[in-house]
Amino acid sequence: MLCECGEREATVHEVIIKNGKKVEKHLCEVCAKNQGFDPKAGVPISQLISSFVLSSPGAKQGKALVCPTCQTTYDSFKQSGLLGCPDCYDAFEDELSPLLERSHEGGTHHVGKQPKRATAKRGRGVDPVMEARKRAEQIKQLRHQLDTALAGEQYEKAAGIRDEIRELSESDEASEELSEGERNGEESREDQAS
Amino acid sequence: MTEPGQPIKIFNARTEWLRGEGLSCDVVLSSRVRLARNLAGLPFVAQATRTDRRHILDLCRARLVGAGLAKQLMWLNLHDAPPIDRAVLAERHLISKQLARGVLPGRDAAPDEPRGVAISIPDERLSVMVNEEDHLRLQTIRTGLDLRGCFEQIDAADDSIEAGLDYAFHPRFGYLTACPTNVGTGARFSVMLHLPALRMTGEIDKVKNAAEDMSLAIRGSHGEGSQNTGDIFQISNQTTLGKSEDVLLAEMQDEIVPRVVEYERRARTMLLERRRTILEDKIHRALGVLRGARLMTVDEAMTLLSQVRLGVVLGLIEDLPQQTVNHLLLIVQPAHLQRIANKEMPQGARRIARADLIRERLGPGTNETPRNGQ
Repeated sequence: MLCECGEREATVHEVIIKNGKKVEKHLCEVCAKNQGFDPKAGVPISQLISSFVLSSPGAKQGKALVCPTCQTTYDSFKQSGLLGCPDCYDAFEDELSPLLERSHEGGTHHVGKQPKRATAKRGRGVDPVMEARKRAEQIKQLRHQLDTALAGEQYEKAAGIRDEIRELSESDEASEELSEGERNGEESREDQAS
Repeated sequence: MTEPGQPIKIFNARTEWLRGEGLSCDVVLSSRVRLARNLAGLPFVAQATRTDRRHILDLCRARLVGAGLAKQLMWLNLHDAPPIDRAVLAERHLISKQLARGVLPGRDAAPDEPRGVAISIPDERLSVMVNEEDHLRLQTIRTGLDLRGCFEQIDAADDSIEAGLDYAFHPRFGYLTACPTNVGTGARFSVMLHLPALRMTGEIDKVKNAAEDMSLAIRGSHGEGSQNTGDIFQISNQTTLGKSEDVLLAEMQDEIVPRVVEYERRARTMLLERRRTILEDKIHRALGVLRGARLMTVDEAMTLLSQVRLGVVLGLIEDLPQQTVNHLLLIVQPAHLQRIANKEMPQGARRIARADLIRERLGPGTNETPRNGQ
């Protein structure tokens, strides 16, 4: 079979089902590349990681990407296919985005259920709210850890955690309000229909 | 609540995934929904220290027990449980094989790794694994094609758990998971299908290819990397980011699975119409071997039972209830076999015990396979 361009043999055959419609593409490698078709689309992410990420610009420059929270390196993620902590998603966002898009049928943003506590009083805007929420989450977790430390009579550790909480609270007073609101709004089940 | 050290009560219960009832139960053994969840502000399991994992386990256990997830919920510390109990749970699809062995991603097996599971009893419909690849892995199982029922239950359980724990959630990426293949909804909708006719006609490869084109995964009955012994396949969505739970659910429940069921039924009809004698011969030979054999491996048992199950569903074997065959598919597995015998057995002894058990459960038969001393 000839490619759409009529010049070379089609070697890349793609069947895409989008919104219930089937689209078939028969392309030569040159056209496939130009049109952004990757014969490896749909392949499990672990395989994509090794084949795709290794050739990504960041990898070529040899930049050592490290998550500031858990110290997981992007290199170790490439090997294991596992991230180290929730913050890795922010630390490696640029590198992960194309990977996610490929392994999730082009999906780039979450659609669907949201946890009530983390999203209570959520505005529709993204960045400032996200930052505030993240801090609120951190603070809540730190409080948890503080309780645990106190219960275990680890007072030095507790003092450190308390300082961290203070620092986070000062950097964004809104986060305090947010976490208050969440605690009050716990029982009200949001309509998930949308 | 069952405390560690106490005998586990559930092993005699009928497991949900082999009840053999519900919608399309001639083809669909069971439906399952899984949600992956992690706690905010803590490292994922593979990166966590032992102390972290202990802490995660304590937090999750306390929450699971307090969340009112089921009328009766059993909690098991898997690091304290005997290996045989863990293997039984894995064979019943209540925990993964990795969790049973204590394998942390990227590390060697460590049976004493802090980890656990909560199971609703006696129905075994809900289970929540703690410290598997993610902090929490919730799953609900129902007999037949009932992803909607599974989802309603798991959604409610998820809400109850979240009311007392902070999940790691990102406005762009959704529920954050250790492996980015699960990020977004963290939801996996899967069905376990019995597809012997598609295998016999060779059309199973077409189904596999079509599934891959639709970003679905077809795997063996125990998930990733497992064999599809007994012609049992698991189909699940690969995409978790960019599609809502409702969309994923509707695709599987209303479009994909009914189509595969239809293919399998058509292949069965075709076999009945055009290759009836060959089909009957195969099925009755399988039953004959099961009723006569003195040594039996798991793989052989599963293969033969699969053919017998097809015979029962098609009405070619009349003296066997489907539940008996379904139940055998479970109890011929090594851990169940040893549990029933109430002793540990090496492989050779298991083959004998397995053949004995099968002969006992299937009986001598009434309308075929005369046993004249073979």
